[in-house]
Amino acid sequence: MSTGTSRPALDAPVSQLRVALFATCFNDTMWPETPKATVRLLERLGVTVEFPTEQTCCGQMLTNTGYGRDALPLVRRFVDVFGEYDAVVAPSGSCVGSVREQHPGIAEHASDGALAGRVAEVAPKVYELSEFLVDVLGVVDVGAYFPHRVTYHPTCHSLRMLRVGDRPLRLLRAVRGIDLVELPEAQECCGFGGTFAVKNADVSIAMGSDKARHVVETGAEVLVAGDNSCLAHIGGILGRQRSGVRRMHLAEILASTEEDQS
Amino acid sequence: MTTTPVRPPVPGPLQETAPTFIGMPKFPKGAREALANTQQRRNLRHATHTIRGKRARVVAEVPHWEDLRLAGAAAKDEALHHLADYLVELEASLTANGATVHWARDAAEANAIVLEIVRAKEVDEVVKVKSMVTQEIELNEALEEAGVNAWETDLAELIVQLGHDRPSHILVPAIHRNRSEIREIFLREMAEVGRPAPDDLTDDPARLAEAARLHLREKFLRARVAVSGANFAIADTGTLVVVESEGNGRMCLTLPETLVSVVGIEKVLPTFEDLGPLLQLLPRSSTGERMNPYTTMWSGVHEGDGPQEVHVILLDNGRSHVLGDRLGRQALRCIRCSACLNVCPVYERTGGHAYGSVYPGPIGAVLNPQLRGTASEIDKSLPFASSLCGACFDACPVRINIPELLVELRAQVAEEGGRTAESAAMRATAWLFSDPRRLTAAQKAATLAGRVLGDRTIRSVPGLGAWTNARDIPTPPKESFRQWWARERGSGTERSPR
Repeated sequence: MSTGTSRPALDAPVSQLRVALFATCFNDTMWPETPKATVRLLERLGVTVEFPTEQTCCGQMLTNTGYGRDALPLVRRFVDVFGEYDAVVAPSGSCVGSVREQHPGIAEHASDGALAGRVAEVAPKVYELSEFLVDVLGVVDVGAYFPHRVTYHPTCHSLRMLRVGDRPLRLLRAVRGIDLVELPEAQECCGFGGTFAVKNADVSIAMGSDKARHVVETGAEVLVAGDNSCLAHIGGILGRQRSGVRRMHLAEILASTEEDQS
Repeated sequence: MTTTPVRPPVPGPLQETAPTFIGMPKFPKGAREALANTQQRRNLRHATHTIRGKRARVVAEVPHWEDLRLAGAAAKDEALHHLADYLVELEASLTANGATVHWARDAAEANAIVLEIVRAKEVDEVVKVKSMVTQEIELNEALEEAGVNAWETDLAELIVQLGHDRPSHILVPAIHRNRSEIREIFLREMAEVGRPAPDDLTDDPARLAEAARLHLREKFLRARVAVSGANFAIADTGTLVVVESEGNGRMCLTLPETLVSVVGIEKVLPTFEDLGPLLQLLPRSSTGERMNPYTTMWSGVHEGDGPQEVHVILLDNGRSHVLGDRLGRQALRCIRCSACLNVCPVYERTGGHAYGSVYPGPIGAVLNPQLRGTASEIDKSLPFASSLCGACFDACPVRINIPELLVELRAQVAEEGGRTAESAAMRATAWLFSDPRRLTAAQKAATLAGRVLGDRTIRSVPGLGAWTNARDIPTPPKESFRQWWARERGSGTERSPR
């Protein structure tokens, strides 16, 4: 049985879809391997990917820190840049969560009816990577090969905002060679939480340390998640502890093939 | 044709912070102290995880839980959206049933009314049913100041009261104590205020409960006035409802001849039928039980049966202020079940005291700044005491979107803060992202640093101590994604090669 909320599949055949990659500012700047892997993966599955270079950021950090008003131009930019596409794919649960769950409210707050209308059109076409693969492309086995012991952390916004359910796990289980081990108390927040990580650093680190301990308990070589922000936090703690556990984004494992591993 | 502009409702005044919590330090400071208390952290982890598991099991066995949540939220919303009408109806029903209704704008008025009733009865003590609202108004302190002893009769509240402590949880106020600490408190304190604990008291839960039972029994039998809150107040029948586990509430609600109930105005429900969903939602969310052991309902005075003088004090204390907030008013649906506390990863590690109020945890992080405003250090910091993980919203039986409300309150704090280093940084961030050329330029600087640093691990950066004290910092890459795309795929929006 699969879990989570199903996203609408699109009518046109995949090869005719205009698909845009929303790399997200954080991935674009700090974790380029993730959007690169997303492009590789999607192209391998027959999707033509475009990268509209006018894209910047969803504004989530501004909104969640109390500066939603300053995020308004970013909401406008988002619908301008991505409005023309059939689907927008992002390798980040929390950025997609921000677009789908927060952009409508920001437009409404600004009393900009035209913008609210455009957000209502565009936001539902924005997919987190695992949603796009499973719901739109209808694939679970993406032809990946990754012969390592891996544990998966479901990030809060993918789990409780987007309801991706077990999609990432189904995708990972289909990876050849993988030794997927269950993370204890997986659904607990890692404690990143954007500016929470510095505003409430002590609590954030206490939460992250528990998460890191559970990761180490699994004996995994690699910690995987759908958000590099959470991975930077847990990975930062694992790194400081010299744990030897690597962190990788879901897209990077799904893009891996036998060639990469040889 | 001209139309009259719709005027927003005039919100009532804010609540004044109770004396105990004035000048509380901001949340991160209180949290740091709590985190250092390893015994308390063990107690909290054990207790929250136990209740969390029980709740998950009894919620999972209800096939239409989501429908129940919707029904519960709808009943509360109906009452809140027509609050004035239902309050008037409630007053009429209660009065017709022989109860005396009092209205209190704030804590001082409510406490004065209780004291007046107590004085009229010429008593110097009252027994109390566990109630959040009387803690909110610090009734015990007000009575004590006037020379009246208020005896808490709920086991956990008794532990807190005897320990000269503050509650740290809505449902289990002594959650931060373990049984050996409770034994010590009983041995040390019970004799001061009544029947002493037996000398051979052990930390066996049954023995501890027995000591409390014997200690309280003489108070139940002696008291002539009881004070309670109410979980629900039914407008059409004029019925008050108290839901509890131990039976101490039933004692207080039936034995003394005078009963005074302090009820927040948001407790009103339109009809008796509305109890249907709510009495299913509350115990499962709260104690993780299918049904709580004791549900007491009383509709005014019945001759020869139960209290012969029934007073109901309907209290505002900031609630009508919250009602004026279109989005924020959903927090008034709260039925004080504490499910959000039990699932909260922040509460689990800090406990309740860091929240600087009788309402801790996620709902406290919302309600306190809503009710008291965001002028004080503690109330300014509470909306940020969350990683926005969303576990609270999922657990809430009346679907209060706590993360959404926290973000709203953060905006209020930011707005009231004016120009700060943070607001400047945020504006700079917005400026950077408002034009991809600026982002590209910033990425050039970052990737230059990445090329200089190579594979070295960054362990500390001046000014980023809050991050780097326990976490390495990711090293910037040698090339951003958009630099790679431009190099590999040209200028960008052209279709990638097949």
